[in-house]
Parts: sequence; C-alpha cells; structure tokens
Amino acid sequence: MRRSCRTDRQNRRKAQPNAAGSRVSLLGMAATTIAPSPSRTLSSAAGIGIAVGVYGISFGVLAVAAGMSPAQACVMSMLVFTGASQFAFVGVLAAGGGALAAMVPAVVLAVRNAAYGLSLAPILPRRLRDRAALAHLVIDESTAMARAQDEPAAARRAFVATGVSVWLCWNAGTLAGSLLGGGIGDPQSLGLDAMFPAAFLALLAPQLRRPGAARAAIAGAMVAIALVPFTPAGVPVIAALAGVVPGVLVARGVRG
Amino acid sequence: MSWAPLLALGGVSYLLKAVGPVLTGGRRLGPELRRVLDLVAVPLLAALIVVKTFSTARHLVVDARVPALAVAGVLVWRRAPFLVVVLAAAAAAALLRAIS
Repeated sequence: MRRSCRTDRQNRRKAQPNAAGSRVSLLGMAATTIAPSPSRTLSSAAGIGIAVGVYGISFGVLAVAAGMSPAQACVMSMLVFTGASQFAFVGVLAAGGGALAAMVPAVVLAVRNAAYGLSLAPILPRRLRDRAALAHLVIDESTAMARAQDEPAAARRAFVATGVSVWLCWNAGTLAGSLLGGGIGDPQSLGLDAMFPAAFLALLAPQLRRPGAARAAIAGAMVAIALVPFTPAGVPVIAALAGVVPGVLVARGVRG
Repeated sequence: MSWAPLLALGGVSYLLKAVGPVLTGGRRLGPELRRVLDLVAVPLLAALIVVKTFSTARHLVVDARVPALAVAGVLVWRRAPFLVVVLAAAAAAALLRAIS
C-alpha cells in the first residue's frame, strides 16, 4: 500500500511540476480515496448497480402504468439511460401530459450529463470511436466514481466498471418491472433513496482535497437548495455549476 | 404512445453526453481549462447530494434521509469502505421509517 502511494506521488509530480501541483499531490497523499484498488472499485460498482437495479424495476412498473409498452420501457432504459430523465418523463405521462410535454423535464434533467461528459473528457480514451461509445455511459454514478480516483487510468476503470454495471442492472430492472407490474415493494421502505446521497457523499469527499473544491461544493449546494422551491426539476442541480467560479478563483490563488 | 418521442429523447440524451468528449477529441487541454474541468463535477455532485436529501419535488423536506446522510457523513469521515457507507445509510433510513 505504501509503495503504491509513493509511486502515485512520483507520477503526480511528473504530471504537474508546478508548485500548486505538488501541494495537491502531498494533500492527496494524506488522504485515501474510497475505492483505491481495482477490487474495491468493482465491488463499489456492483453495489451501486444493485441499488440502481431496484430503481430500474420501479421505473419499469411506472412506465407500463403510464401507458408505455414493456418494449418501449426497455428501449428507453437502453437508449436514454438517465434515471432522473426517465422518471420525469413517465411522471408527466402518468399525470396525463403528452409525450412532448414529458420531454421538457426529461431534457432539463439530462443537461447535467453534458457537464459530466466535459469533465470526464481528459480520462477517456484518445480514439474518437472509443470516446463516442463510452460517452453513452455518462451518468451521475459513473462520473462520481471516476472523479473519486486520483489516477486517470483508475478513473477510466471506475467509469467503465460503474457505467457497465449500472447499464446492465438498470436495464435488467426495467425489463423485470415492465413485465411484472406492481408487485414489487417500495424502494423507500428499504431506505434505498437514502443510498444515493450517501454514495455521492462518499465519492465527493476525496475530491474535496483538490484546491478550490470545498468552496465549489459549498457554493453549488447553496445555489441548488435555494432554487428548489422556485424552479422545475433539474434546474437546481445544473445551476449549481455556477459554484465552479469561486472554486476556480481559490484554485488560482486569487484572494476573494 | 408513439416511438418517436422516445427515440428523439434517446438521441438528445446521447448527444448531451457525447458533446464534451467528442469535441475535446483527445487533445491535450491547457492547464487553465483542466483546472476548471477538474472542478466541474464537484458543485454538481454537492447539489445532487443536497437536493436528493433535503427535497422532494419542489418542496424542501426533512425526513429520514437527513439522519441517514449524517450517518454516512460520520462514516466517510472515519474512512469507512464505500459499501459500508451506503448500506449504513440505507439501513438508517429504513429503520427510522419502520419505527415511525
């Protein structure tokens, strides 16, 4: 364990020879990421997959109840592959709205994937074909798992492992739910809804050591929570992007 | 329900995900841009955490998710493994809901 930490520090110094870079690497040395080894990454990815799978089942149930066919529910989970968007879409359908009205919140909730994709660009493979293929796996969970890693290779592994696990489980769940109907229990009674903020917290924590990250996190959280009562679903989270600004100012060393 | 909105949504969803990776095309990005990109996910994840804990639809709500997040926070601070953190949070929420 100690040897790998020293190698990490040497690699990081080579990549970022400036003063700010060595400060980051020393701080990074003092902390361990939540998923530092490949086996931990795989078990975390599997755990996330299981939780997502249960939500996939409830999506399948809701989609069919809202008037979609099982085939449509499954294709949606395969192609759209964004839980929040999909739940919002079927929610509008179930409330009597048309498909066009349903698309609006679905798209708003998918916009943050564009920011995720951009932030992941440095760790994705160089070949365009591979980048285009892996881009499909960009979601909250795969992004969070990738960003919790320090090394680009580990980040890519975490991204792919989580993305594939979630894709498989989400689709398996959707298939099961769309075929089984309403016989599945409520995810909330199992506390599964509490799992997601906990998982994101565990994955965010190691990133807070980077310069400006704590400031960006607090600013983003404040913007989002302030907007919740006043804006449609999805807007608070994407507006939190503004939190990057104070974070970058801190990272640059500007006194603010 | 017709297939067209579904396929359209799939297309839009993929384009949103792919625009960043495809446009940056594996080019080496400048240090300034990398600094920003390194931070981009941070406020988004922080926002996700608070929105998924303290709200339901457009209402600010305090329920079993809040103590569950507190449990998760303590475990993260104590460097507990990832699976322990998430399972403890789920168990805390489930327990609170079961007894109330």
